[in-house]
Amino acid sequence: MTHDTTFHHGDPVAQTQPIVEMRDIEKHFGNIIALAGVSFDVRPGECHCLLGDNGAGKSTFIKTMSGVHKPTHGTITIDGKPMDFSSPRDAMEAGIATVFQDLAMIPLMSVARNFFMGREPTIGKGPLKRMDTAAMNEAAVEEMRKMGINLRGPDQAVGTLSGGERQTVAIARAVFFGARVLILDEPTSALGVRQTSNVLATIDRVRKQGVGVVFISHNVRHALAVGDRFTVLNRGKTLGTATRGEITPEALQDLMAGGQEIAQLEGSLGGTV
Amino acid sequence: MDTTGIIPDERLKREGIGARLIKRPELGAIAGVILVTVFFAITADSSMFTLSGIMNFMTPAAQLGILAIGAAMLMIGGEFDLSIGSMVAFAGLIFGACTVTFGLPLILAIPLTLAVAAGIGAVNGTIVLKTGLPSFIVTLAFLFVLRGASLVGLKLASGGSTQLRGVRDAVEGDWLAPFFSGDAFGPLFLWLAEAGLVETFKNGRPKIPGIPVEILWFIGLALVATYVLLRTPQGNWVFASGGDRTAASNSGVPVRKVKISLFMFAAMCGALVAIITVMDSGSTDARRGFMKEFEAIIAAVIGGCLLTGGYGSAIGAFFGAIIFGMVTIGLTYTNFDQDWFQIFLGGMLLIAVLFNNYIRKQVTGER
Repeated sequence: MTHDTTFHHGDPVAQTQPIVEMRDIEKHFGNIIALAGVSFDVRPGECHCLLGDNGAGKSTFIKTMSGVHKPTHGTITIDGKPMDFSSPRDAMEAGIATVFQDLAMIPLMSVARNFFMGREPTIGKGPLKRMDTAAMNEAAVEEMRKMGINLRGPDQAVGTLSGGERQTVAIARAVFFGARVLILDEPTSALGVRQTSNVLATIDRVRKQGVGVVFISHNVRHALAVGDRFTVLNRGKTLGTATRGEITPEALQDLMAGGQEIAQLEGSLGGTV
Repeated sequence: MDTTGIIPDERLKREGIGARLIKRPELGAIAGVILVTVFFAITADSSMFTLSGIMNFMTPAAQLGILAIGAAMLMIGGEFDLSIGSMVAFAGLIFGACTVTFGLPLILAIPLTLAVAAGIGAVNGTIVLKTGLPSFIVTLAFLFVLRGASLVGLKLASGGSTQLRGVRDAVEGDWLAPFFSGDAFGPLFLWLAEAGLVETFKNGRPKIPGIPVEILWFIGLALVATYVLLRTPQGNWVFASGGDRTAASNSGVPVRKVKISLFMFAAMCGALVAIITVMDSGSTDARRGFMKEFEAIIAAVIGGCLLTGGYGSAIGAFFGAIIFGMVTIGLTYTNFDQDWFQIFLGGMLLIAVLFNNYIRKQVTGER
């Protein structure tokens, strides 16, 4: 599978201004240099894939972007204005939402309660201030329907959803609360074929709403299926950004591995890696 | 991928009303109440289910139930408090000392007792959250600390005895007393007796002078707790904090605040029971509330709370406590040996835990 044409890709995004732009980001932990000069940007309505093998610095980079870590060097600008995040909350307020691998979801709680966890809408005043359960239920069902998932009811427990569906709830929740940039940390890594394609479809849908998606993965095929641009991270550095159509899966794979052994391996495995 | 026409998942069967009901946490406790009622309707003397018989078993049920609601809220929030039984004794001492030794009016004594309890609850909670130790072990320490403090304190306050008397005289005539002791709605029951609607003694007085106030507190607390859990953002936070601490705090839930407040609430429930029972008996002693922490937790578990947190209900704990009251008192209306109670207790707990475990799997779709 070289090119996957399942998804419709947006118009060329080169003209639009990036929402977030990160330039020459470095992050040191003591004497360990986790990031050694990473540049990355996201434009509205695109899916920018960040590829890298384990240990390449993907997690550190996402955490810098979502405000968990402060960069040692480098600048982050949002809509052209320099930003200095001191907490994930700052990043969230700037419209950067992160869906981490654990999804921040509670299996025993209903979809509606999970959807609004920590941000419950209320009605009434004073001691009568209460959760607006009707609005919560309605919004949860409606947002999930938009993402192509029909709930049995808003009180369905998240535990009964499949991995892909949970991922979709987490994405829908981030978008509902006004995310302009959505960072997805390995959203497809633990999923089966069918569920993966559901999540990729969700990414496509979110992108069409004008949200900039940062898709972190080490799976080149998943990335190529939805990505508009591809940036490869290797040993804490970016090795350049390619646009869709400019690069072959093999080339991406090689970049991720640093261009070494994979070539030989691929020969012996018949090009299946 | 076409998603405009959404097809319902063909592998999802429609849920029947039975399947949906079984997922309510309080269902087990309600079923238990029905079972126990049927049992005593058959075996017990018919006087058990007269109005005075009901008041008879509802009074201990209410005293336990107030604790059980506190324990249930805390369990849903993912923590335990084994010290609430000892808290009853300790708060009893504080209350007794306030009223008898220092002669404070109730308007000061009651808030002071509640505040001390809340403070100890906050200490419990802070230690648990700061150290990350299981609340089981931290509060087990407080189970002994508070019991010991009650003994020592009582000896100091009473001059060598482990009982402090004279509370009734001290609170006599206090305008707040009727809210925490005695029976409510007395005039109503007098009127009902005159109208011949309730049973009366030969002299025309009603057999029950009113509804014991603890029952009203019990019902009120159960309603408020249920409302908070199901209808307020704070209730959602309680479920979230108990369900998965990290996920909850990543979503912006103030987990620490929620859990400490729950510890404080549970401790204050213990203090409320202390205030009510001490005023009722007129004295306080160091054995007050002995083993009640376990009974409260059992009532909460029977009421559908999971030991792992994140699931349960206050109304379930309400019914769990009623089961307790019915069985303890109900056995005296039968020919059975009363010591069957303990066997029943253990059996009921085991069944409840098995049942809850099954329900949890149903809810989360685990296999």
